[in-house]
Amino acid sequence: MGNTLFDKVWDAHVVKKIKNGPDVLFIDRHLVHEVTSPVAFLGLKNRGIPVLYAGRTFATADHNTPTLNQHLPVSDPLSANQLKALEKNAAEHGIPYWGLGHEKNGIVHVIGPENGITLPGATIVCGDSHTSTHGAFGAIAFGIGTSEVEMVLSSQCIMQPKPKSMRININGRLNFGVTPKDVALYIISQLTTSGATGYFVEYAGEVFRNMSMEGRMTVCNLSIEMGARGGMIAPDTTTFEYIKGREFAPKGADWDKAMAYWETLHSEDNAEFDKELSFDAANIEPMITYGTNPGMGFGISNSIPKAGEGTSANTYKKSLAYMDFNEGEAMLGKAIDFVFLGSCTNGRIEDFRAFASIVKGRKKAENVTAWLVPGSHKVEEAIKEEGILEILHESGFKLREPGCSACLAMNDDKIPAGKYAVSTSNRNFEGRQGPGARTLLASPLVAAAAAVTGVVTDPRELMELQEA
Amino acid sequence: MAYDKFNILTSTAVPLPIENVDTDQIIPARFLKATERKGFGDNLFRDWRYNPDNTPKSQFVLNNPIYGGKILVGGKNFGSGSSREHAAWAVYDYGFRCVVSSFFADIFRNNCLNVGVLPVQIGPEFLEKVFRAIEANPKTEFKVDLAEQTFTILSTGEFETFGINEYKKENMMNGFDDIDYLLNIKEDIKTFAERRPF
Ligand code: SF4
Repeated sequence: MGNTLFDKVWDAHVVKKIKNGPDVLFIDRHLVHEVTSPVAFLGLKNRGIPVLYAGRTFATADHNTPTLNQHLPVSDPLSANQLKALEKNAAEHGIPYWGLGHEKNGIVHVIGPENGITLPGATIVCGDSHTSTHGAFGAIAFGIGTSEVEMVLSSQCIMQPKPKSMRININGRLNFGVTPKDVALYIISQLTTSGATGYFVEYAGEVFRNMSMEGRMTVCNLSIEMGARGGMIAPDTTTFEYIKGREFAPKGADWDKAMAYWETLHSEDNAEFDKELSFDAANIEPMITYGTNPGMGFGISNSIPKAGEGTSANTYKKSLAYMDFNEGEAMLGKAIDFVFLGSCTNGRIEDFRAFASIVKGRKKAENVTAWLVPGSHKVEEAIKEEGILEILHESGFKLREPGCSACLAMNDDKIPAGKYAVSTSNRNFEGRQGPGARTLLASPLVAAAAAVTGVVTDPRELMELQEA
Repeated sequence: MAYDKFNILTSTAVPLPIENVDTDQIIPARFLKATERKGFGDNLFRDWRYNPDNTPKSQFVLNNPIYGGKILVGGKNFGSGSSREHAAWAVYDYGFRCVVSSFFADIFRNNCLNVGVLPVQIGPEFLEKVFRAIEANPKTEFKVDLAEQTFTILSTGEFETFGINEYKKENMMNGFDDIDYLLNIKEDIKTFAERRPF
């Protein structure tokens, strides 16, 4: 039996196997942010131990940061305190820190790939569950808790049992108006939020082969929403072209050496997975969620299912009561109040391009408050350079400054209680976007369509028919 | 971070028969702003427990004095969502030492094991039985025996065994954490690191 892509990368990082216990896994790259790291640094201090390899850790400020007036001091004293703590901890241990205003600042999962920190065949961890994003490059990447952040800082290792493997194949061509976000929401709706718990997923098939790196990142990002530790896609020319020339990527002879290794990173033909699933691209529509977990989603033209079709009755009832939706109602035409474009799921340049393609020549709906938040300064720059900012301005939209923003609403970007937001982020949990906030997860195209019409709208109605 | 050793726990339990309890419910993001591990128990299930004006919601189980104990029993897929260890801290800090469910999200389970909360996974039917036993009598006691890996309804003697890997089990029984282990093998790690291509 041949090795899977996952086996190859995992096995290459096992420092030690513990009998009847976890593997000691070496971590190549560690990303930290202000929220899940302070207690880990405190732990090092209490134990009186140093950071083992400071050059393998990179720090950014994103979760807690304001998205307006970043040049001013952060007004929330608790947030300011966390930012200060990270800056101080990074300086003390010699860790590169890209704080507010730094040209490389942005959401941790956006800046890793952007700067060539994310590489095929690497192990990458961060105290944030959407670390799975980096799997798009053929890396093993997953979220860890703060105790594990402390482990990586002190020993560059964590201890984890090897997860089971799952492969999800999607072949065929995606329908017009269907984006990588829709593909991911579709898979989660089929598997439920716990369907891949205990597994590490490999995405395979034409649909992913034809996808851009940004799209692959969106898909891998959402792996955690079906319970998987992470997801990965075998690297190919698309991957290599994306990485080449980025600041921290290997150069010259190192590049050639790396390429020789990266080209071996794919599952063997006779590799066996603990579980294998296949879907047909033709069945995927633009998606939207109606409930309070990412698995409660469907094609946008559907009506809310009756109780008992999938989710258990009490969870379903609680969800609908929170959303103030009724069984059997259509989603199309529902009035919305907010649109959030951003997050590590859909805050990259491609997402802004998609959003702009729909709002171009149209006007923001009066009833909608729109928060457009680039994933990083580099994304912000590209938005300006490509003329997207002008399109947004002409349509009545403003651009904010980079950060996690309303994805988890730790800063001031909170959707008010009872309001509906079409969001391109990753979680529609109760209160995720602010206490009482009601979230409809969707793609940038669906978000844009809602932003200009003020109601849930099928984006295909606003798009010129073209070769998808 | 050191935690209390875990061996045998006999206690009443608090029932939370809801599926997919996510970490944003266990501890909402706006309470993650601390730079120390302190006081998270106060905000455990904050938005289910308190109204926006901070008055307790009387119908929520943690505000119901009939229920109490060191064991929290939750519905299927407990702890899904974010990797915030703060969720496990909040559970521990509130006073729970054990969470029982028929299914746990991976990262939450891992975090629990790292901070001294024992995740006990039992079958869905037995979980139903546990909920019914508490409903019938909130004073029902349960016994968690880590060495034997059993979870028992004391009034009836019915029990189920639960899984945990040997290494983690020993750690919990001794109050050790992984860092102690990793620091001990630092030389092996350094040798390994030298061979990494990037
Ligand atoms: S955007 Fe959201 S999911 Fe992504 S890193 Fe920030 S908080 Fe986590």
